[in-house]
Amino acid sequence: MQDSRAPLLELREITKAFGGVAALRGVDFSLSAGEIHGLVGENGAGKSTLMKIIAGVHTDFAGRFLLDGHEVHFRSARDARAAGIAMVHQELSVAPDLTVAENVFLGTQPTNRFGLVQWKRMAREAAEQLKRLGIDADPMARLGDLPIGLQQLIEIARVLFSGARIIILDEPTSALSPPEVERLFATLRRLRGQGTGIIFISHFIEDILLVSDHVTVFRNGRNVMETEARATSKAALIEAMIGKGIDKGAGKGRDALEETYSHDITLPAPPLGQPVVVEVQDVSLAPNLKHVSFAVRAGEVLGVYGFMGSGQFELARILFGKLAPDHGALLMAGDRTRFRNTAAARRAGIAFVPESRRDMLFHQEPVYKNISISSLGRIASVLLKPNRERVIARRQVEALQIRPGDVEIDLGLLSGGNQQKVALAKWLSHPPQLLVLCEPTRGMDVGAKSDVIGIVRQLRDQGIAIIVLSTEPETVLSLADRIIVLKRGEMVREFANETISKDRLLEAA
Amino acid sequence: MAHGETVPMSETPAHPPGRLSGLLRAQMRNIAPFLTLIFLTAFFALSSPSFATIDNVGNILTQVSVTGIIAVGLTFVILCAEIDLSIASIANVTGIAVAYFTMQDSYVNIANIPLPGFVAIGLALLLCALLGLVNAFGLTVIGIPSFIMTLAMMQIAAGVSALLVRGQIAYKVPDVIATVGSASVAGIPWIVIVAALMLLAGHLVLTYTRFGRYVYMVGGNREAAEYSGLNVKLILGSVMVISAVCSGIAGMLGVAHFGSAQQNEFDTYLLDSIAAVVVGGTSLFGGRGGIGNTIVGLFVLGVLNNGLDHVNIDSFLKILIRGLILLAALVINVYAQRLRAKAVD
Repeated sequence: MQDSRAPLLELREITKAFGGVAALRGVDFSLSAGEIHGLVGENGAGKSTLMKIIAGVHTDFAGRFLLDGHEVHFRSARDARAAGIAMVHQELSVAPDLTVAENVFLGTQPTNRFGLVQWKRMAREAAEQLKRLGIDADPMARLGDLPIGLQQLIEIARVLFSGARIIILDEPTSALSPPEVERLFATLRRLRGQGTGIIFISHFIEDILLVSDHVTVFRNGRNVMETEARATSKAALIEAMIGKGIDKGAGKGRDALEETYSHDITLPAPPLGQPVVVEVQDVSLAPNLKHVSFAVRAGEVLGVYGFMGSGQFELARILFGKLAPDHGALLMAGDRTRFRNTAAARRAGIAFVPESRRDMLFHQEPVYKNISISSLGRIASVLLKPNRERVIARRQVEALQIRPGDVEIDLGLLSGGNQQKVALAKWLSHPPQLLVLCEPTRGMDVGAKSDVIGIVRQLRDQGIAIIVLSTEPETVLSLADRIIVLKRGEMVREFANETISKDRLLEAA
Repeated sequence: MAHGETVPMSETPAHPPGRLSGLLRAQMRNIAPFLTLIFLTAFFALSSPSFATIDNVGNILTQVSVTGIIAVGLTFVILCAEIDLSIASIANVTGIAVAYFTMQDSYVNIANIPLPGFVAIGLALLLCALLGLVNAFGLTVIGIPSFIMTLAMMQIAAGVSALLVRGQIAYKVPDVIATVGSASVAGIPWIVIVAALMLLAGHLVLTYTRFGRYVYMVGGNREAAEYSGLNVKLILGSVMVISAVCSGIAGMLGVAHFGSAQQNEFDTYLLDSIAAVVVGGTSLFGGRGGIGNTIVGLFVLGVLNNGLDHVNIDSFLKILIRGLILLAALVINVYAQRLRAKAVD
């Protein structure tokens, strides 16, 4: 193998900014051959940015990048692949309409001397490789027909068996079942034995501790801790991640990224005198949700926290009639309800804001049409009343401080944070009984965030039941009166009427 | 990104484009087809003395009427980002059905069932609405893409037509239909009046009713429509039925207009109707355009078809020229969309 003094990969003083906001501030990182290196850190801490630099996705950065002790400059992800670096991205990137075998060999199909694909050989080799990961899938099946966990494993298989010397796995286990995770880890250990360097990013700290040799903790664009996995604990890693006590106060208040919730928050007692608005009884939806039960009262904000892929967004869609549960029941004001579609849920007094901005608004339509769309039936019966729509929209724009205040301009001209406020505004002209909010403050700056927090509190005080679902602990901590934690589709913890802090929340997940 | 290293969004709005150029860009979709129409009209008026006459304007209006009635419903469908390929077949079968339920002359060898005129019209309308419902059911309940579903319906409707006429030709239709299809009032053909009224009705529904707004919203962003609590399937189903009924009306009037009901009579109307809607500037991706655009598109097509007959060129070359001009109009349409997208971004 290579010179034992030079690590396989070494990064020195890496700095990277996006539009003036620092994502990485002078990061050192190294990876040896035959090492599994775990990476932890909160959303926005800089892990994915660093990995995208290694994989040649971001090419514009300051600092030195050494491979086998030699400085390299990748111009593209293709350069990085040629140098033996492969990455499994957090978002599934498979071709659902191709077969399993074609996905395993995506871009590298074995061909004969006429340039024709050798289907039989490809199917045989794909089956062999998948079997090593413990996957028993028909290589000629259409990938999109398989369960999502299996698709993810097949994408991982493609990267693992690509012959790469450096493999980066960004959140690979979020959609996997425990036995699948075990088989993945066994394969990672085998590759480690063959001298491959592996970088493993996960929010599941137990997984990191189980499989890694070294662990690096990122916070605010810096690596704040590097340690041997066996010399640390989950509590110590969480503390390093959120920075309790360590460099508290350094630059605080200047930078949105450094906003911390390290102090304790006392959750109020549930409003037991208020009626239950919605009750979820033993709801399951394979493979995302298992036996989830809870109730929300009027004038209460329930936070649902979980990592990406924990099932919270499926839960939200069940509440809004977009998905039907396999099992379990939904009770509105005590009556068993089954929504045939989202329109039925809306009529039952449920409002919903999805986590993706693209899915919730009409970018080519004016602001006022975006605001009136969900209450159009109450504003007008057959003929539209555009002037009433405008009046209502202006009132909402003012109440939510949406900028610019012109309701005639196309929604696409608004900034992201203001668009998000419009998505909320469209449900508020005729207040719902239950408001389901997915990631209500994602991508917002501090000012817009505190606006949204104020609006949600005000709606709660008006007696609306609110469910906030998020993958960001700050979001639920700043909004919720009561918090439930989902982990791989199961409810693992409920925090109510007690003192909570970010580290305790993360510990539960 | 699901949880990337997010850059906080700037809370200042994007710079709006320069007022006039921005407005022009945003309106490009509407302006481009109109300029095409003016250009074609001027070209034919200059090249042929017989083109720009009152009589010929009447001809063009009559020639686009049947297409226009079909295009009303198709505009609804395309605004929803769906397609209906069964329009011509449904027009054909509805026209044949209304003749089938009318007493034919003794030399017409069709085993028809004569009924009173209004019953015949009612049954024919019921038939096209039913076929539209089947389209709607396939699209929304079963989940067949509209392209495939209506392709099947195209065959089914053609099959029903074939069974009804069995290769024969029927001539008689109820009196009301015969009058509206072929007579004039104060020099204006009834069929032109009906087409104009239906286009107007379509425009009013799309612009001033709640249903019309929903059509635009479902076409603009289907996910967002669903997450806004709209019954997307109901709206999609409705536009398929509207399209089939408009086609059926066009079919009945068309049969009267042509003077006969027979197999494959409406075949050219499928592409003409789609061309009229799209050339007019309604986006195939949904959410943009409207009846105003369809009217301009109808005239572009009408002027082109009619004008080519007035200029002295090889009649076999005309087909090719027609295709090339349609292509040019579509290219302009696509560029107009890009400009529009830039203006919004």
